[in-house]
Amino acid sequence: MGSRTPLFAEHVRLGARIVPFGGWDMPLHYGSQLEEHHVVRRAAGMFDVSHMRPVDVQGAQASDFLRHLLANDVARLTQPGKALYSCMLNPEGGVIDDLIVYLRGPEHYRLVVNAATAAKDLDWMAQQRAGFAVDIQPREDLAMIAVQGPEARAQTLPLLAAPLAERAGGLAPFFATEHDDWFVGRTGYTGEDGFEIMLPAVEAPTLWQALEQAGVQPCGLGARDTLRLEAGMNLYGQDMDEETGPLEAGLGWTVAWEPAERDFIGRAALTAQRERGGLRRFVGLVLEGRGVLRGHQPVLIDGEVAGEVTSGGFAPTLGGSIALARVAPTIGEHCTVLIRDKAVPARVVKPPFARHGKALIELA
Amino acid sequence: MSDIPADLKYTKSHEWVRDNGDGSVTVGITDHAQEALGDIVFVEAPEVGRQVAAAEACAVVESVKAASDIYAPLAGEVLEANAALGDAPELINSSAHAEGWIFRLAPSDASALDALLDAAAYTKVLEQED
Repeated sequence: MGSRTPLFAEHVRLGARIVPFGGWDMPLHYGSQLEEHHVVRRAAGMFDVSHMRPVDVQGAQASDFLRHLLANDVARLTQPGKALYSCMLNPEGGVIDDLIVYLRGPEHYRLVVNAATAAKDLDWMAQQRAGFAVDIQPREDLAMIAVQGPEARAQTLPLLAAPLAERAGGLAPFFATEHDDWFVGRTGYTGEDGFEIMLPAVEAPTLWQALEQAGVQPCGLGARDTLRLEAGMNLYGQDMDEETGPLEAGLGWTVAWEPAERDFIGRAALTAQRERGGLRRFVGLVLEGRGVLRGHQPVLIDGEVAGEVTSGGFAPTLGGSIALARVAPTIGEHCTVLIRDKAVPARVVKPPFARHGKALIELA
Repeated sequence: MSDIPADLKYTKSHEWVRDNGDGSVTVGITDHAQEALGDIVFVEAPEVGRQVAAAEACAVVESVKAASDIYAPLAGEVLEANAALGDAPELINSSAHAEGWIFRLAPSDASALDALLDAAAYTKVLEQED
């Protein structure tokens, strides 16, 4: 049996299919993953993401510490509440985890890390903090609910305490605000507008039920995966990992090379990779033949294996199959993918595939 | 609890078999199987005329979650595949035992049908899985 979030009883009450995920027992879907996907593109859905771990980092040298720890540069966070996406690299340039970091105040940050990697991340941060005046506090007392979709903000705001609702209503994308122990970010993992809400675990079931009564559809990890895939967002452990770094995972944009003197962990390795060249490309694929793209299927260029699918599946918004893949730099506009020993034609595209309720790429 | 019609035969790998009484059988996946797989998004049916051995993987059903092999419950020749599944694979979810049928087969040995599980035996298989 895995760990249970403060919302586990809600999932059971709603008839969720529960599956193990990163050491947690989580809802895969509550009946139909496809319907849950569509409701997020068209209206509003909510996800229990309490398995993810908020980690508060503060102290006189919190900025210095995070500027060393992360490949993106927290010095870019010049306004309170602003969020930044970053990889946390090992010295070889591989990805230990990807995370969001919010600026809460001077020398005060909140990171949100993945569930399966949380313990490893905290160990790594504890090793790296030597010499920095910094306090690192994992917040196991908090639950997290993501409310996503074009109607998500309007459905959520009336359920927040008045001072928080007023500030949350005025948030620009990729900003957060907080009140008491509630923290609301206009962020997400679906390609839709919405909020991610961190709140005391004991208060989570009440908010969940209020959202449900407001008409927000509970959605499981299945829809979360197809939504993020359509939105062209990477999944740690599939699209990048400790062996495969950001430059070969479509995450070069998250590496802050300037200022040149900032010595973040992994910088030397990434610099060497960039100078050596020949890096594999991280691309989107749209399947033109019949079937479903899945992780680890070989990608062929002129009949030769030249890479593999890292994340693949059925894209409900497009009505066909799409994938993210890591391939040789020689790839052109077309390739084939080996599905059960058959080479099926696919088109090479630039993700995202869908965002804000609309397909951005035609199937054929 | 899943639906297990008494007039069908079953396999341990969760196919159902209907004896059409004309020397052919119809094959699909059980209600239990479709529920476990989740939303079905693609079906690769066997080619008409193909000779299949008993327990041979001869079709693939892909859900949002994963691809699953479908095994021939009996040896025989494939007579027809359900063309409706090309545009509407979700018929397997909405009607696993009827509109969501996958293929028809002419068994090479009709008596092999008797060796398949009946509804009571299949119910026991499901109970043991839980």
